[in-house]
Amino acid sequence: MIRVVYLGKLADVAGKSESQFASSSGDLDWPDILALLDSHVAEGLAEAVRDQRVKVALNGEVLADKTFLVAKDGDEIALLPPVSGG
Amino acid sequence: MPMRDIRLLTQMFIPGTLIGPFTQANPGLGGVCTFVGEVRFDDGVEALELTHYEPLTLPGMHELADRAFGRFDLMGLLMVHRVGQMRPGEPIVCVSAAALHRRDAIDAVDFCMDHLKSAAWFWKREKRAGQWHWIEPREQDHSDLARWQA
Repeated sequence: MIRVVYLGKLADVAGKSESQFASSSGDLDWPDILALLDSHVAEGLAEAVRDQRVKVALNGEVLADKTFLVAKDGDEIALLPPVSGG
Repeated sequence: MPMRDIRLLTQMFIPGTLIGPFTQANPGLGGVCTFVGEVRFDDGVEALELTHYEPLTLPGMHELADRAFGRFDLMGLLMVHRVGQMRPGEPIVCVSAAALHRRDAIDAVDFCMDHLKSAAWFWKREKRAGQWHWIEPREQDHSDLARWQA
C-alpha cells in the first residue's frame, strides 16, 4: 500500500485526511497519483494538488520537484499546501 | 553542550512553568529573552486549530534551532509550539533564548519567531460563527523572512 496524507485545506477537498492506494501494478509516478486522486478520492483534488504552491513530501523528505515523484509499496506521500501565516 | 528544548504540545501549557526551569538550566547567562504568542481575541473568532505533519514539523523546528545556534551566540534555546484546538487567550508558542549578551538572545527569538510563523509546517484554521476557515499565507510573512536573508 501507498499512503497519501492530505494536509491543511487539501483534507477538506479530499473529504478525508488520508488515503491508501494498492500498488499491485508497481510504482506510482506523479501522473498516476493525480489520476487516482481524481478518480478515487474527490473530483478537483488533482487540480488543487497541481497548484505550484503545493509541495510534496515522500517519506518525510520534501521534493524539490513533485512531478519527479515515484512512490513504491510502503511509501508515504504528504500533500502540503502553503503554510498559514501569522 | 548548549541547552536545547524543542517541543510540540497537544495540551494547553503555562509558559512560566517552562521559562523558569529553562533559565535555571543556563547558569552564568548574561540575558534571557522570551516571547510568548497567544491566540488573539479577533472579531468573532471562537477557536483556532493548528494541524501539523509529524514527519516534517518537529524535525523542521530542530533544523530551525540548528540555524539559530549557528547564527547567534547562544547558551540555550527553548522552542515550544502548540498544535490542536485552542481558544482565544491560550498560549500558542513560546520561544526563549539564553545568551551571554542580550543582542544574541533578542535576535535569536525574533529569528525563530519569524521562521515559525512563516516557514514552519503548520496549517491554521479558525472557527467563526461555528464555521471553520483556513488561514492563507500573508504577504507580510515573506517580508518577515526577507529580514534574515541579508
